[in-house]
Amino acid sequence: MPYTAKIKVTLRQSILDVQGKAVEHALKNLGYGTVESARIGKYIEVTINEQDFQQAERIANEISQKLLSNPVMENYSIELEQVN
Amino acid sequence: MADVIVGVVVFPGSNCDHDTEYAVASFEGVKPVMLWHNDHDLQGAQAIILPGGFSYGDYLRAGSIARFSPIMQEVIEFARKGFPVLGICNGFQVLLESGLLEGALSRNRDKKFLCCQTNITPLNTSTIFTSKYNKDEVLSIPIAHGEGNYFAPPEVIESLEEHDQIVFKYTDAFGQVTDEANPNGSLNNIAGIINRQGNVLGLMPHPERASEQLLGSLDGRPLLESLFKHIAGA
Repeated sequence: MPYTAKIKVTLRQSILDVQGKAVEHALKNLGYGTVESARIGKYIEVTINEQDFQQAERIANEISQKLLSNPVMENYSIELEQVN
Repeated sequence: MADVIVGVVVFPGSNCDHDTEYAVASFEGVKPVMLWHNDHDLQGAQAIILPGGFSYGDYLRAGSIARFSPIMQEVIEFARKGFPVLGICNGFQVLLESGLLEGALSRNRDKKFLCCQTNITPLNTSTIFTSKYNKDEVLSIPIAHGEGNYFAPPEVIESLEEHDQIVFKYTDAFGQVTDEANPNGSLNNIAGIINRQGNVLGLMPHPERASEQLLGSLDGRPLLESLFKHIAGA
């Protein structure tokens, strides 16, 4: 049965996020003085057809580590739900 | 004597493949062969060059998709057997994604795509790629990248330093490692590194773009020459 994995990939805090910095400056320039920071990441939605939740979760983790994120500089998080 | 055969990998989106082919072919007794990303055949190549460009559009992360292309499975195997592999710019990114070299390259610190001449200094001239350089001579070689900001965790940097694996650093015209001479924010001004075994080199600057007088610099030639001499003599 199909599951949707909503995967978020973000740069580690120790890595300078230049895109986030540019957005942060733009927001401040627009007058949003209360904006303290902005960080940019990636959102990837993957549909996985597996027998059960555990299997789908295993695949979602595997692809996140193997291709979707680079563990040297990025973290990822997965939200997995069954598609009805 | 038989020609030295050098494979140049062509990914969809590579754009320095023909420059590299041209530079390789300018050496007597060296023959480039072009290796398509979807093939498994290295065509008898004795060394492989991963050229610059934007493989697979740089989608997801630079080099991340190229790393899983069919030809790369052969290149990784080839490198693991100890044969020479050189990654230039996007090729360096592919080598890092492949795990053949350690670390990662992120967005340049000032957000810009940089296309300019840089000074780099070889720190290790006893590799198969740098034997024709003199230690601490300052080279003028161009860069052209948006993601060349080298990063690795402290323990990796320490290990790279300990084993003399940092081969090139961005320096000023006098060979000094300064922050002003660092174009992209790379940790410790790192411009190029080699693996522990000494057969896989990756660097952001483009030696093939500094291999003819007309291009304004010949400083990239000794890198290719070092490699070809090594193969011919092996």
